[in-house]
Amino acid sequence: MQKGRYGIHGGQYIPETLMSEIQNVEKMYEFYKNDPEFNEELNQLLKEYAGRPSLLYYADKMTKDLGGAKIYLKREDLNHTGSHKINNVLGQVLMAKKMGKTRVIAETGAGQHGVATATAAALLGLECEIFMGKEDTDRQALNVYRMELLGSKVHSVTSGTMTLKDAVNETMREWTKRVHDTHYVLGSVMGPHPFPLIVRDFQSVISKEAREQVLEYENKLPAAVIACVGGGSNAMGMFYNFIEDETVELIGCEAAGKGIDTALHAATIAKGELGIFHGMKSYFCQDEYGQIAPVYSISAGLDYPGIGPEHAHLHDIKRATYVPVTDDEAVDAFEYLARTEGIICAIESAHAIAHVRKIAHNYSKDDSIIVCLSGRGDKDVAAIARYKGVNINE
Amino acid sequence: MSNINKAFENKKAFIGFLTAGDPCFDKTVEFILDMEKAGCTLIEIGIPFSDPIAEGPVIQEANLRALAKGMTTDKCFELVQEVRKHSQIPLVFLTYLNPVYHYGYESFFKKSKEVGLDGIIIPDLPYEERDEVNDVCTLYDIDLITLIAPTSIERVKMLSENAKGFIYLVSSMGVTGTRSTIETDLEGLITEIRSVTNTPIAVGFGIHTQEQVQKYSSLADGVIVGSAIVKIIAEHGEESSDILKDYIGNLVKIK
Repeated sequence: MQKGRYGIHGGQYIPETLMSEIQNVEKMYEFYKNDPEFNEELNQLLKEYAGRPSLLYYADKMTKDLGGAKIYLKREDLNHTGSHKINNVLGQVLMAKKMGKTRVIAETGAGQHGVATATAAALLGLECEIFMGKEDTDRQALNVYRMELLGSKVHSVTSGTMTLKDAVNETMREWTKRVHDTHYVLGSVMGPHPFPLIVRDFQSVISKEAREQVLEYENKLPAAVIACVGGGSNAMGMFYNFIEDETVELIGCEAAGKGIDTALHAATIAKGELGIFHGMKSYFCQDEYGQIAPVYSISAGLDYPGIGPEHAHLHDIKRATYVPVTDDEAVDAFEYLARTEGIICAIESAHAIAHVRKIAHNYSKDDSIIVCLSGRGDKDVAAIARYKGVNINE
Repeated sequence: MSNINKAFENKKAFIGFLTAGDPCFDKTVEFILDMEKAGCTLIEIGIPFSDPIAEGPVIQEANLRALAKGMTTDKCFELVQEVRKHSQIPLVFLTYLNPVYHYGYESFFKKSKEVGLDGIIIPDLPYEERDEVNDVCTLYDIDLITLIAPTSIERVKMLSENAKGFIYLVSSMGVTGTRSTIETDLEGLITEIRSVTNTPIAVGFGIHTQEQVQKYSSLADGVIVGSAIVKIIAEHGEESSDILKDYIGNLVKIK
């Protein structure tokens, strides 16, 4: 396969102003990924600071309730900063520092990637600016304050649809203004090469651990692994080390919002078409003239009109399956997991929980399924209360 | 020889940019003809895109206004056809890759040729990915314009070698939009480019004053004015004609 390509997907579709820096990032990453000193420092941070390895938790009550496969939850929600985002961020910010950069910038949807980047920047002593759509700064106000506490500047993006895609646009624009001292910490397995590769590599620790853990507990591979997909970073991390295990089903859950037959969804694989945007060839929700469609999901983290190029390829070759999950199903699953297992998960991760509830009974009791619990749900509690019409006097 | 050469023949080029469909189809046609009368030697027509990542706020907003007014790729072709009834001024499209990809490269460039377009600028299509459209552009005689940026210094030879039409020299880091000062070592870049190719060089991004026009016209083969024109259209809408002619006329007489 051509460098930076996943089948026909991927590539480097960015303005000339960024090309030499992108090639520099590519070169630096090729160096650091094989550099023992870098890896030692990163592993130390992942262990001592982020709290890895994360638990693979056997959800006994859920298993019994669903009456099929054994359900395991990969507890990325227990990482420092509360989501899988820290895995990628520690890698990229450490690399940025070693590259001599003094400033990092990042987009964020729900705020999890922004909080993680602000955290790593504080820890490693880099200046940090976060771009977040105004819709999202409104619905995730707590995360905005968190980032500010961590010493970052948060820009509320008012262009376009004021959500994640516009935050990405604005971060790219900012990067073209200042590349000499600034690294763009892209938060998902998307964008121009080498970002889909870098983010996947840093997130693949999820499946590396999960595979070892499940083999230890079950002495066999799981029947399926499931994760939610916006850009697709936790899913790519959850899938990666199982791709070669052909018996393991890989299932990604897209945000179907109000339903894929309405205009209000972010289900890229179900409804999108091939396109070239945000630096990559992949699938995108778009109109008949290739204008990027405004998308919708209750989950700010899945509210993105595209999907990472490696997912697009796994879909093309039918190695992974992508299914739509609605807002209602996700909110139901959010409450279900809280009541059944005592875990308040991120509304993003609740999309994956919703799907396992639908399919667990199709599997035998000897099978296991791993669900990636990508983040914790504190940030979503107020929004869920609003969704349910509950007044909690925020 | 490409029609684009006419813009540079025995003179410094003055390239004006506007967004198709802002404030409406008919006015865009009228403004293009006005701009030619005022002294533009080439017009860049922006096909509006929902997410123009290389643009500053002024052109971003023009894109969204045009889309809200119902501008489409097909109507942009009609617009060129309409201009061609009155003028043979060199015309290039500026748009992003997705609208072109989605239209189908073959259909897009065949249609471009039919309506009389001369070239295209695609800011999110770097040299490394030019194979997407290079052959089909050549087939239909549409010049794929090369962009060179302040960060391109080590790439100049590669970028310039087979440049067609003109070279769009990006004056500054960042996105489009007027700037009070331009700090890039453009002379150095221009010397590099000239050692490789005779393709004319036009400087764009940030240019809006007589001083800038004078300076960059003498350094290069022409200048590109975009955001300043789009801003006039944003402020004066359908009544922009006279102001546009005055503004461009005043800049053109300097070069």
